[in-house]
Amino acid sequence: MNAEPLSAEVAGDLIAEIVRPKSAGTSTVGAPTIEKETRAEEALDVPWHVVVHNDPVNLMSYVTMVFQRVFGYPRDKAKKHMLEVHQKGRSILWSGMRERAELYVQQLHGYLLLATIEKVS
Amino acid sequence: MEIRRRKNQIEISELDPFLAELLRQIPASANTEGAPAAEQRIFSPPINGKETELCAEWKMYVEPELRRLFQTATQTVGADLEQLNGNEESLANRTLRIPTKHADAWLSALNQARLVIAAKNNFTELELNDHLHSPIGSRRDLSLFQVNFYGFLQEFILRELDD
Repeated sequence: MNAEPLSAEVAGDLIAEIVRPKSAGTSTVGAPTIEKETRAEEALDVPWHVVVHNDPVNLMSYVTMVFQRVFGYPRDKAKKHMLEVHQKGRSILWSGMRERAELYVQQLHGYLLLATIEKVS
Repeated sequence: MEIRRRKNQIEISELDPFLAELLRQIPASANTEGAPAAEQRIFSPPINGKETELCAEWKMYVEPELRRLFQTATQTVGADLEQLNGNEESLANRTLRIPTKHADAWLSALNQARLVIAAKNNFTELELNDHLHSPIGSRRDLSLFQVNFYGFLQEFILRELDD
């Protein structure tokens, strides 16, 4: 979901551009100005929830097995979340960085569960 | 019908032609083509609300992968079901042997089929929980029976995986 990292070649060119002397014969190199991309950093810092929603078709035992497999939860914890989904309509299975949350949702969709990511408010 | 674990196989024996036919219909039942409600359920959005960028990326990159995953499962099940090929007479008292290494593919295909049938018929939670519903008097009743029968098989496979 995120942009691809720079290739070594491109990164090398960028570094060379930053440290290149202003003119031939000048040996001092000015410190590069690093612009802070505060908005992007903030977006990355905000944790995200992985939420699983109730679905009348999926079997309880199946949902429990999926939680064990995807999150590595012990059976009791997986069952607790399954019951929360069943009784309250949803359960937060995991919270953390967005990229990983998206990966978990992709895995849950692979098991045909109704799952979404949600920004922690 | 009898279902049991035998070494590295799940064996469904004494299948009558009706249940054999329901089994043979698993791959076709999992097909979402021409059923927008089923398509929407199987490929649900990754986020609620208006994050269109993520949804667009999801459609472009994740959905094709999921499609492949689901298709691989139904193809595996389809290949196992070739054991049941034949006419109605030859389907009487047939035995289906499912290698346990195919258990995940079966769980996925059965789940796909159940979700698609439920979405196509717009079954309510009440209907889905009515396991004593009988007799089969309409196409809708048959579909509900199909969902429950596939659910029963899922439960059995899950139990076997647990042991």
